[in-house]
Amino acid sequence: MTKYDELTEFLLLLGDSAMVQGQRLCEWCGRAPAVEEEMALMNVGLDLVGQARNWLEYAAERINDGRDADMLAFRRDERAYRNLLLVEQPNGDFAVTMVKQFLYDAWQYHLLEALTESADEQVAAIAKKSLKEVTYHLRRSSEWMERLGDGTEESHARMEAAIDTVWRFTFELHRCDAGMQALAAAGVIPQADELAQRWQTTVADVLEKSTLTMPEAARSFYLNGRDGMHSEHLGILLAEMQFLQRAYPDASW
Amino acid sequence: MRAGDLIGTDRSSASGQRREGTAADIDYAWQVLADVPDPEVPAVSVVELGIVREVSWQDGHLHVLVTPTYSGCPATEFIEQLIREALEDAGFAEPQLQQKLDPAWTTDWITDAGREKLRAFGIAPPVGSSSKRSLLGEAPQVQCPHCGSEHTEQISEFGSTACKALYRCRDCLEPFDYFKCI
Repeated sequence: MTKYDELTEFLLLLGDSAMVQGQRLCEWCGRAPAVEEEMALMNVGLDLVGQARNWLEYAAERINDGRDADMLAFRRDERAYRNLLLVEQPNGDFAVTMVKQFLYDAWQYHLLEALTESADEQVAAIAKKSLKEVTYHLRRSSEWMERLGDGTEESHARMEAAIDTVWRFTFELHRCDAGMQALAAAGVIPQADELAQRWQTTVADVLEKSTLTMPEAARSFYLNGRDGMHSEHLGILLAEMQFLQRAYPDASW
Repeated sequence: MRAGDLIGTDRSSASGQRREGTAADIDYAWQVLADVPDPEVPAVSVVELGIVREVSWQDGHLHVLVTPTYSGCPATEFIEQLIREALEDAGFAEPQLQQKLDPAWTTDWITDAGREKLRAFGIAPPVGSSSKRSLLGEAPQVQCPHCGSEHTEQISEFGSTACKALYRCRDCLEPFDYFKCI
């Protein structure tokens, strides 16, 4: 896998994660439990795809090899995607979808909040724009956590099972490599340990209110989204998402 | 001849030189923009919505800074196209449009006239001013745009477009869109 400079790699982590999470949410189209909930899932997905575009446009500008944000999204293979493992996991039932969304929202919220102070102006601008949307997403997913966790016996059991299913992928949220350390030292991104602490506090707080058990910190294992080492689910997601541009390159409306 | 006619084109003077716009041309451009409707909420113009941030003259072209309402708003490109067409129709040659993300758009930028038009169109305008509290806090007291009752409830945090939430009036029983405060 081609490695770019540290900032471009980081932009791809943010852009690809938002893109994949947005695509996963869109899989609920026509299948959500209620029409209002469907609109909400689609709207959150739309926000994320828009954010992905902003991050990928900036990444494309830096890569500067003639590809634009669309090309990055629709013509890169699975091994070139840098997204978090968490967001590529299948939607499962509504509980899995919401737990994934909440853990990701909490990560995005604290990260973006810190990025509004980034030494890189364009990163700060995209973060300020995205943060407003993500604040709303986090509020909504936190409310669902509470409603379902502290709901019926059935909803509570499903939420506990959902946490068991996806928690192991959270090890990756705060992994800090040499490139990110350099970015943090330059004031472009926040320090990973501070971010991890804020995420931990928010998640612990919401899980407690939701009467759900907070598992121990997840341990890392051999997969690594940032290096393109994904679970088997990403390839299938991209096959669907990229089909049109692969079958009919450069097709447009 | 209208103020914007032929500005920035090589027909604007006998010598074939582009001329720089004047304050009157900028005013005229704002007037033109005030008639460009938002495609999803046609009751309000792009100016009333607060997404046109700056109009200036740069290197012989009209330069317009536009900000998106939401990152994923599907109307963003269409709005830019409408703005471009309106300006070209008014005589501004090759207007330059640029997207500006920071400062991020806020509903505080919707003008008073815009708010009134939203209400008349059946969309409750944003309540209060944007702040972190309004994003994290309790649902605001939203007035029904049909009967004026404050006896309303939120049905969904999202509505027909990214910028709206869905409400229902408990007095006149009509559902309505609420323009979220961000």
